[in-house]
Amino acid sequence: MHELSLLENVREILENHAVSQKFSKVTKVTLEIGKLSSVEPEALRFGFDVVMKGSLAENAELIISDIAGLGVCQQCSLQVEMETSHEPCSHCGSPFVKVIQGAEMKIKDLIVI
Amino acid sequence: MCGICGCSQPGKINNRLQPVNGRVHQHDNDHGHQHHDHEAERLVKVEQDLLSKNNTYAEQNRAYFQQHNIFTLNLVSSPGAGKTTLLVETIKVLKDRFPIAVIEGDQQTEHDADRIRATGVPALQINTGRACHLDAHGIGHAIMELGIKANSLLAIENVGNLVCPSSFDLGEAHKVVVLSVTEGDDKPLKYPDMFHAADLMLINKTDLLPYVDFDVERCINYARQVNPDIQIIQLSSTKGDNFSVWTDWLAAHVKLESHV
Repeated sequence: MHELSLLENVREILENHAVSQKFSKVTKVTLEIGKLSSVEPEALRFGFDVVMKGSLAENAELIISDIAGLGVCQQCSLQVEMETSHEPCSHCGSPFVKVIQGAEMKIKDLIVI
Repeated sequence: MCGICGCSQPGKINNRLQPVNGRVHQHDNDHGHQHHDHEAERLVKVEQDLLSKNNTYAEQNRAYFQQHNIFTLNLVSSPGAGKTTLLVETIKVLKDRFPIAVIEGDQQTEHDADRIRATGVPALQINTGRACHLDAHGIGHAIMELGIKANSLLAIENVGNLVCPSSFDLGEAHKVVVLSVTEGDDKPLKYPDMFHAADLMLINKTDLLPYVDFDVERCINYARQVNPDIQIIQLSSTKGDNFSVWTDWLAAHVKLESHV
């Protein structure tokens, strides 16, 4: 359940932004979670309300936008879609595929008052 | 104050900040308006990685290790793979050649740190409580508490867990994943993130191979599927089989790092 630690980081990042961007309440949090990241979106949803309780994002809406996995094969140079982070190239079978998209896990933006 | 991260926490590791107080809407003087939604909602761009805080601390730790020539390993495995026994036997072989220190991570108890201290080297236990992994901020504090010598080996034994610790950089030179032959040879495929993140895999308890259904070749093939560059050493910590390959690898790296 390292999703709880990540959500505590979310809360902390919100609190830091509240000071620098001068807001007192967050009504919506949008996260971008790549398909190849080590985060389970359902676990984030499950923990979000618990971790945000008592913070300036209590009762905020959580939007999780998925980012598809993409890699470039180091053998055949083709760009391939990836469902998991360590799968071989779907064209030539090489295990050397460099992930170029989908490992992201970040806070994109907030709606604040 | 902490010498690595600069925070004012005296001891171990509670990295949650105090909540920031919201702006207070004062109603001291009667300003006579109806209370309605006069504060408009607005969008604030953040674009910040969820692990950015941990990664910042990890880079600070790494800089400290490089500055003091401390060769640091992050040992990861499932519970019971034999990390602590591996460390105890490693310390017995190497402790007269260079200084060694150990940071132990477990949810509860001082048992593992006690076992390490019995060998005569300094050890610090971090109890993570509900957390399933060590983080770089906690390691920064542990480094300061331990007072680790320069030109040395620091072994960080992470919480037994093949999932979460793979995401948290502690500032180590290498992650070393320990897999014992009593666990099953398909662990690299079941927990690919960890075997992908590791630079070295130790296949431990090889003395038990005659008694278990563990195919070493299959395990190695699976590990290379998720990490073609992974190095592999097969050994037994308790019986000493092949153990010098591991201790020679360590000694070579400690020496190498100290000449950089």
